[in-house]
Amino acid sequence: MVKYILKRLGMAVVTIWLVATLTFFLMNMVPGGPFLSEKAVSPKALAALEEKYGLDKPLFEQYLTYIKGAIHGDFGDSLKQRGRTVMSIISSKFPVSARIGGLSVLLAFSLGVPLGCISALNRGKIGDNIIIVIATCGIAVPSFVICTLLMYTFGVKLGWLPTLGLKTWKHYIMPVAALAFYPTAYITRLMRSSMLDVLGQDYMRTARAKGLNQFVSLFKHALRNAILPIVTYLGPLIAYTVTGSFIVEKIFTIPGLGGEFISSITNRDYTIIMGTTIFLATLVILMNVVVDIVYKLVDPRINLK
Amino acid sequence: MSEFLVNIEHERLSFFTPVGEVKALNDVSFHIKEGEVLGIVGESGSGKSVTAYSLMGLTAYPGKLLGGTLDFNGHRINDMTEKEMQKMRGNEVSIIFQDPMTSLNPVYTIGNQIREVLKLHTNKTKKEIQERAVELLELVGINEPKKRLKQYPHELSGGMRQRVMIAIALACEPKLLIADEPTTALDVTIQAQILELMMELKDKLGMAIMMITHDLGVVASMCDHIAVMYAGNIVEYGTTDDIFYRPKHEYTKGLIRSIPRMDTTEHERLIPIEGTPVDLLNPPKGCPFASRCDNCMRICLREKAPVIHFDDVHYSTCWMNQKAELEGGTKQ
Repeated sequence: MVKYILKRLGMAVVTIWLVATLTFFLMNMVPGGPFLSEKAVSPKALAALEEKYGLDKPLFEQYLTYIKGAIHGDFGDSLKQRGRTVMSIISSKFPVSARIGGLSVLLAFSLGVPLGCISALNRGKIGDNIIIVIATCGIAVPSFVICTLLMYTFGVKLGWLPTLGLKTWKHYIMPVAALAFYPTAYITRLMRSSMLDVLGQDYMRTARAKGLNQFVSLFKHALRNAILPIVTYLGPLIAYTVTGSFIVEKIFTIPGLGGEFISSITNRDYTIIMGTTIFLATLVILMNVVVDIVYKLVDPRINLK
Repeated sequence: MSEFLVNIEHERLSFFTPVGEVKALNDVSFHIKEGEVLGIVGESGSGKSVTAYSLMGLTAYPGKLLGGTLDFNGHRINDMTEKEMQKMRGNEVSIIFQDPMTSLNPVYTIGNQIREVLKLHTNKTKKEIQERAVELLELVGINEPKKRLKQYPHELSGGMRQRVMIAIALACEPKLLIADEPTTALDVTIQAQILELMMELKDKLGMAIMMITHDLGVVASMCDHIAVMYAGNIVEYGTTDDIFYRPKHEYTKGLIRSIPRMDTTEHERLIPIEGTPVDLLNPPKGCPFASRCDNCMRICLREKAPVIHFDDVHYSTCWMNQKAELEGGTKQ
């Protein structure tokens, strides 16, 4: 087990390096640069800026410098936000996104799993149909529509919830709900199909033949088998959700990391692009390792090698 | 109640599917005495397993019991609540399924799954339960039982898993053990071992066995009585000797003709039963076997044959016998 984790972490370093390299060169292939804006910058000033950030050097040299810095934990300064390092931006914005993302994953999991179970147990009946229709909507409707609808209904019409910022717990309700909508729907559907599959298994018949009641056979025998696909989905979901959503953050004006991803790209803020990409990649890889370990705990047939 | 451990009378059961009513059981009656082994033989879809499951109250949705009475060990199954049934299952009546590879839950240890049934039906302490679990594995011939209890199903072979299933089934010393094709998924040498084990345990524990199979070889060696099922009917019932040496129904005769024989000198071809099983969505008016029967008469297509008793035990539903009887019993 320990050996396996170490091996996976070793592979993770290689993967992250590949991601960093690829991003670095792709990013530089895109036309434009951090200091080209509508306001004309004098050639002299531009040259000075480029020299300051080392952008005048050959690309490969820039790459080596960056990697060297990254290994030592120095991801550079933001090119656009003067006086701020990449690390300080991520560490100030990530907690905001993580809080909202974490809550919404929690909500999606604790809502999706029971809903999926209920749906599977009432297969073909009215309860199942209602849940499936809602879940399909949840998958089909884009998050900006949901955000706007929520905002309009609860924020404007009813006036129950604040629409901007993150001052009190009330501020969290709408963004968390909006962010949780899609994963809840997805988990519900996943859980339903996986539960239906498990309910038809021979060991469920064995459980009933033993004289176990429905409750025990469901919770003990079915759930643990049926939850496996959810665990798989949860890994990347957590990674992507805690790093924030551009749309939800924009609409509810939340200073999170999701916005940073997009704006860094439109701004050609090279160091931020690199920093956030590496951060997300690391998180995804870490979550996948965690998923594998959880998998092993849930299903003894899985062999970690 | 009666002298019988199991007494099923005129059971009718249908599955109400979207395409229509599938008449899985049409008027099935039989009984099993304590300690007796009854073999139920028939091809796939003839209603063998459905009969067994209905006796345990495990009829799968959308199946519905339409008529008849089912008595087991002093219970009238028809009138039992789900709660009462749960007390009975795994305790007074147990079942072994066809496929041991999938009948055990892959995510729990063998020990967990054996202890579970003991916890449910007995008041034993933890220690006693553990001891009983070890004892059970020894009983079914598994070596190193203490180690096995900690293993998961995927770490055992098919034969071993079926032994574990038997151990689970026998945990509470049931009065009746239903074996639903217990050896179909196992290879031949293991089959013999499992059957031998079951017979041995039957003698040791004195339970009755309901042996469901499509393998006539299995029933010949094990059973006291045999019921031959076809399309949801028992077409012939009798002692093992009756069925093998004095078969009365054309279907039974066909089944016996299709068994390979060791004692012929020439190369003899096996005679298969031609045709396909009847569609239970639209069962024929007359004898269900008529369309496949070599000796089909006009009346077979029109009307169901009555039950004809040859002695106290042996009976069959075939017009051929009626004919023989009408003609003065000259034809066998």
